[in-house]
Amino acid sequence: MAGGSGIDVLGQFELRPVLGGLGEALRFSQSPLYMLLAVCLVLAFLYFGMRPAAVVPGRFQAAAEVCYEFIRNMAVDTIGPEGAAFFPFIFTLFFFILAGNYIGLLPFSFTFTSHIAVTLGLALMVFVLTVIVSLKVQGFRFFAHFMPAGASMALAPLLIPIEILSFLSRPVSLSIRLFANMVAGHVMFDIFASFVIMLAGFGVVGDVFAIGPIAINMALVALELLVGVLQAYVFAILTCIYLREAVAH
Amino acid sequence: MGEESDESFAKRLEAAERRSGLNEKDEKATAAERDEQSLPALALRAGTEMISALIVGVAIGWGLDRWFHTRAIFLIFFALLGGSAGVLNVWRLVKPPQA
Repeated sequence: MAGGSGIDVLGQFELRPVLGGLGEALRFSQSPLYMLLAVCLVLAFLYFGMRPAAVVPGRFQAAAEVCYEFIRNMAVDTIGPEGAAFFPFIFTLFFFILAGNYIGLLPFSFTFTSHIAVTLGLALMVFVLTVIVSLKVQGFRFFAHFMPAGASMALAPLLIPIEILSFLSRPVSLSIRLFANMVAGHVMFDIFASFVIMLAGFGVVGDVFAIGPIAINMALVALELLVGVLQAYVFAILTCIYLREAVAH
Repeated sequence: MGEESDESFAKRLEAAERRSGLNEKDEKATAAERDEQSLPALALRAGTEMISALIVGVAIGWGLDRWFHTRAIFLIFFALLGGSAGVLNVWRLVKPPQA
């Protein structure tokens, strides 16, 4: 990734075909491969966690149940009683992003949430869902939200486009937030890791000083573990907030 | 980097867990909306909101210009609107509760 002279911090985000000839033919890159891996991991976690189905859960089952209840409470508390209907969607979204963020922290792996195409795809899914739910629940009253209450009619031609743009910016900000956090974290890893290699070129003194960047990188792993769960949480809670506005009468 | 952002993230996570893990405190909507209260996090979020509205405005303006072959009229107009929408987004983020 990082040579002695040039630092190539963005090389880690490049997509390459995987799985040999078959992957080449299908244009199958690391990104979908790691998505499949994330999905399999989450499903395996839930399947093997819940297989005992004991009344008194073991550790594994307790972990699966805590995850379930955490998202369920979040959905129902934020959206209201209608939130139960959206719980499976939010659960999937949260754990897909979380698994993606965490798998990306493993050495030699790939972070699919570091691609704007992926995060924008997820955000647009949320956006389209909220628009459909809004139109279904509120009907044409949905469009009344674009005119702020109490503003004078003379300002409407200016205010309505601003409100519409503000509404349209939601999926963009949702996706940029996740994407930027992931890219920034992984770029920092790469920069500090390349410092180690550069310092190694300075003999014994460099070897001693190289401990610094290694220590920073270890701290960064801890930070990234937090960022990974926080960004998944923020994505899920914002989805809940948007859906709450959609189902509000 | 390091310690201070660690701390702020820990604080945010703690606040998030308190709200979502234990639901006896029935603070629903407004609390969830302002879940990122630490200053760097808020600044980052405000920046994202502002930039994203501007991106949407510029994209729409550029697209309309391309469509109607009117160079830069729509781009200028929608960039201004996008900037305003960004400020509106930030205001929504920081406005006092129940204003």
